[in-house]
Amino acid sequence: MRTRAKLKFALLAALGFLRGAGRRRKREPIVEAEGGDPRAELVVALLLLAAAACALMFVVVYALDWPKLTQWLGLCLGACLLLIAAALIYAGESFVPTEQLEEDYPPLEHPEEQLEIAQIGSESVRGFSRRRLLLGAAGAAGAALGAALVVPAASLGPFLDTESFYYSPWRRDRRLVDEDGKPYRAAEIEYETFYTAFPEGAYREELAAPLVVVRINPAELDLPPGRQNWAPEGILAYSKICTHAGCAIALYRKPRFPQAEPGPALVCPCHYSTFNPADGGTVIFGPAGRDLPQLPLLVDSAGELRAGGDFSGPVGPSFWGVRTRRPTA
Amino acid sequence: MIRRTIRFLDQRSGSAPLLKKALRYVFPDHWSFLLGEVALYAFVVLVATGVYLTFFFEPSTAKTVYHGSYAPLRGMEMSRAYASVVHLSFDVKAGLLIRQTHHWAADVFVAAIVLHLIRVFFTGAYRKPRELTYLIGVAMLFAVLLEGYLGYSLIDDLLSGMGLAIGYGVALSIPFVGANLALLIWGHPFPGDPAFWSRMYIGHVLILPLLIGGLLSAHLALVSSRHHTQFKPKRIDGERKVTGIPTFPGQLPRSLGLMIAVAGVLVLLGGLVQINPIWLWGPYHVYDGTNGAQPDWYLGWLIGALRLVPHFDVVVWNRTLVPNPFWGGILFPLVVMATLMAWPWLERRATGDRRAHNVLDRPRDAPVRTGVGAGFLTWVAMIFMAGSADRVLVFLGISYVSQLWFYRVAVWIAPIAVGVVAWRLCLGLKGMEEVQAEQEAAVRSARLE
Amino acid sequence: MRWNRKALLAAVLLGGLAIAAIAAAQPPSGVVRPPGGAEQKQMQLGAGLFAANCASCHGPMGEGVLAAGNRGVGDIAGEGPNLVGVGEQAPDFYLRTGRMPLDHAGEEPERQRPVFNSREIAAITAYVASFGGGPKVPEPQPDFGSLPEGMSLFAEHCAGCHQITGEGGYVPGAKVPVLGHANATEIAEAVRIGPFLMPKFPPSQISDDDLDKLIAYVLRSKHPEDAGGWGIGHIGPVPEGIVAWFVAIFVLGGVCAVIGRRLSS
Repeated sequence: MRTRAKLKFALLAALGFLRGAGRRRKREPIVEAEGGDPRAELVVALLLLAAAACALMFVVVYALDWPKLTQWLGLCLGACLLLIAAALIYAGESFVPTEQLEEDYPPLEHPEEQLEIAQIGSESVRGFSRRRLLLGAAGAAGAALGAALVVPAASLGPFLDTESFYYSPWRRDRRLVDEDGKPYRAAEIEYETFYTAFPEGAYREELAAPLVVVRINPAELDLPPGRQNWAPEGILAYSKICTHAGCAIALYRKPRFPQAEPGPALVCPCHYSTFNPADGGTVIFGPAGRDLPQLPLLVDSAGELRAGGDFSGPVGPSFWGVRTRRPTA
Repeated sequence: MIRRTIRFLDQRSGSAPLLKKALRYVFPDHWSFLLGEVALYAFVVLVATGVYLTFFFEPSTAKTVYHGSYAPLRGMEMSRAYASVVHLSFDVKAGLLIRQTHHWAADVFVAAIVLHLIRVFFTGAYRKPRELTYLIGVAMLFAVLLEGYLGYSLIDDLLSGMGLAIGYGVALSIPFVGANLALLIWGHPFPGDPAFWSRMYIGHVLILPLLIGGLLSAHLALVSSRHHTQFKPKRIDGERKVTGIPTFPGQLPRSLGLMIAVAGVLVLLGGLVQINPIWLWGPYHVYDGTNGAQPDWYLGWLIGALRLVPHFDVVVWNRTLVPNPFWGGILFPLVVMATLMAWPWLERRATGDRRAHNVLDRPRDAPVRTGVGAGFLTWVAMIFMAGSADRVLVFLGISYVSQLWFYRVAVWIAPIAVGVVAWRLCLGLKGMEEVQAEQEAAVRSARLE
Repeated sequence: MRWNRKALLAAVLLGGLAIAAIAAAQPPSGVVRPPGGAEQKQMQLGAGLFAANCASCHGPMGEGVLAAGNRGVGDIAGEGPNLVGVGEQAPDFYLRTGRMPLDHAGEEPERQRPVFNSREIAAITAYVASFGGGPKVPEPQPDFGSLPEGMSLFAEHCAGCHQITGEGGYVPGAKVPVLGHANATEIAEAVRIGPFLMPKFPPSQISDDDLDKLIAYVLRSKHPEDAGGWGIGHIGPVPEGIVAWFVAIFVLGGVCAVIGRRLSS
């Protein structure tokens, strides 16, 4: 009984195997497999195991929060990835079947389908009697809808009102204060250095707020006409924002000895536009195309520095149509 | 098991024929064809690391006081954006690794795109029927430049703030619409409305990645539908038949290996080489600036152009019409982009060659193209190098003004010189090959006799 | 064996010292040392060295040679500023950082190995200070507890030229020095005197307390916290771009070359 069953099972299995093998034998091979390479396979396995070790190390380092954590994490993960990459590439170069195949390039065009598409299009509208009208109306609807959908974008900014570029927080009698809010006194402004000043009580993080203040011997000043009393005691104030691209004028070049030419100059570190503070902020080097706006100064009865009005021109980078008109408060 | 999975999928998606075709898709084999793949994998790394970064970054200019573990900034007032990146760098385990990997990936991404573009140009791969693929590629390059700029600008450190100020100045300089455009983008004169940070953020993490992803998909779909170009094969008609390694099994370990190698190199750099140490730059204020401020390398050509242009605005009746940054910041990149995009058609008009090409030229096979390309590349590269003149002064002591004047002349002369040399070189190489071929033919016929 | 090695080491060290001593005994080129320097009193030594090396531009009594084309001592063409009232601060700074003497009047004084030894520097400094009044060599106490304030002060007054981590830069007409070699005293002196093109920052603008914070920031910037790994110069994008191209792209290009074939036909 038991032996018969066993025999029957074996017979069936053999039959099945033969049938299966027969079916497999019928199929032509697709991949031209080469012989294996046990040694290379071992190397690949070792590389992958090393990668696994690195990845585990990454987890351990992370959990233990080692000093120089970023470096250890990068080293572990980077090494893990590079080991996997090495394993894959080595496998590809050694034992993964690498066949050289040929294939036709796809045809450049399908003339029949092209014709059919055009035909479908024209036949679909052949019956329409007011084709031009419909086309025009659809065009109008599409264009109008497009315009309507684009219009809300204007809310992103005061699109048409460019008056804000002429705005400045400076007005007559506003005091100049330092970074801590302490008013500057004329007597403490020294030669051969520069000061950063802000409008008292105004927001500082906007282009028209910060000033650079320097003091130059009045005899050496050559200010444009109309600005003769803008620099009391030789103290000059200019916008701290470059008229080229809006960076801060963070350099004051002050030659210790007259041999170094040119003389005192305000410089922007972005593209090295250089302005002459002695003659009203004209450009003497670099790409800026407009003078640095000057702020008229007053010294009040307490000896403190105050604005004598607004800038000589709009502050910040130039734009189409910018005029050298005084900004408006 | 595998058979069952395949059957399950095929019955529900009907994709077996497509999958079979994809597995046996033929990749022509040349090392330079992999440069585009490097760019693709860098993008994958960028998306993966970028998603992680969004979990920590706060796109807000609201003021806060820093109290994290980095002592030199403790107690300083700064924007939440900047504080969140300092926090990410010092108090989030693996945060700095991911951030630095992201930044390295961006630098390498653009470098790989540029190299890929150079390969495509000098082999004539953009010719019919692949002009659209090429156009999409060039468009992607410029989208990526903008994406990178937004990425490092978001942090609100001293360098990025200066970069944004320059971007604002450049936007303002566009004739006629500049001021309106800048107001649309910033919402208010610089540094802009608080909402500007949300706009920049959504641009960086959603709009531009979607755009780049979409263009990338179209680019890859077009490559596969027209099939890849190849260098002239020996035995077969390369215009009709493509030869190479199939996706599976031959190409898979190689491409997968390359992808993981790209990720590995970027992670290794991210862990070991410091990039954009924003905690050293400090927070940005409109009234602060630092010497030697530079953009990331891929925008270096623009700062070079901005610095090279002599100081003139177009002024009529005391009104500035074309402010200076326009020339270097807008016109120059537009000329570069337009030239790149128009090139396939310019070449077609010049040569009258309207045929489809599946076989690539070697650079020497098209001496004029190679000359023009080398000259154009030199032009952009010289302007790029001019942007680092201030650092060259610090390291090598060469006067800045001399360098400026050298570049102002050299950017026009060097491209012509390089172009002519490249052109002559190609002719020479080709001539040599012809002589060699003639000699071989002579030897062969002598043997026959 | 062990003794032999030690003896060898000692011999090498002694030989090295001897060579160094001989080299140090040679006067550096361009500097004139009046005879008998070693025995002279400080003032005498200072006066002699000043007359021989400084007076051609600064005048025999430090009054300066101010007008272009004027000739100084020994009919040497030179122009240099008045030194009366500069005190110890300026000569100490210029001489100890090797910025003086210059080869030619008008060139940018750059940091070098000082050409005078410390005794000579002290002597010249004392001699120049004797022209009349002026500040002494400052003695700053770097305040490492207030680094954020130091950074803000540096960003406002210094970073425009020196770069935010003190890596130097460019200003029209000059190369701005890297601050990596400057010590606390030199930083304090430079802030107060404003060498060459640099503005000078008086105590009314940067108080001594603020100066201590500023100095702490600069000293700390020499060894910044490189949490991200290798610092590649702390100037940001330029070296980063170089690494991206010449490390990352180079390596990945190599991987491509391994995977892909070369042009064979």
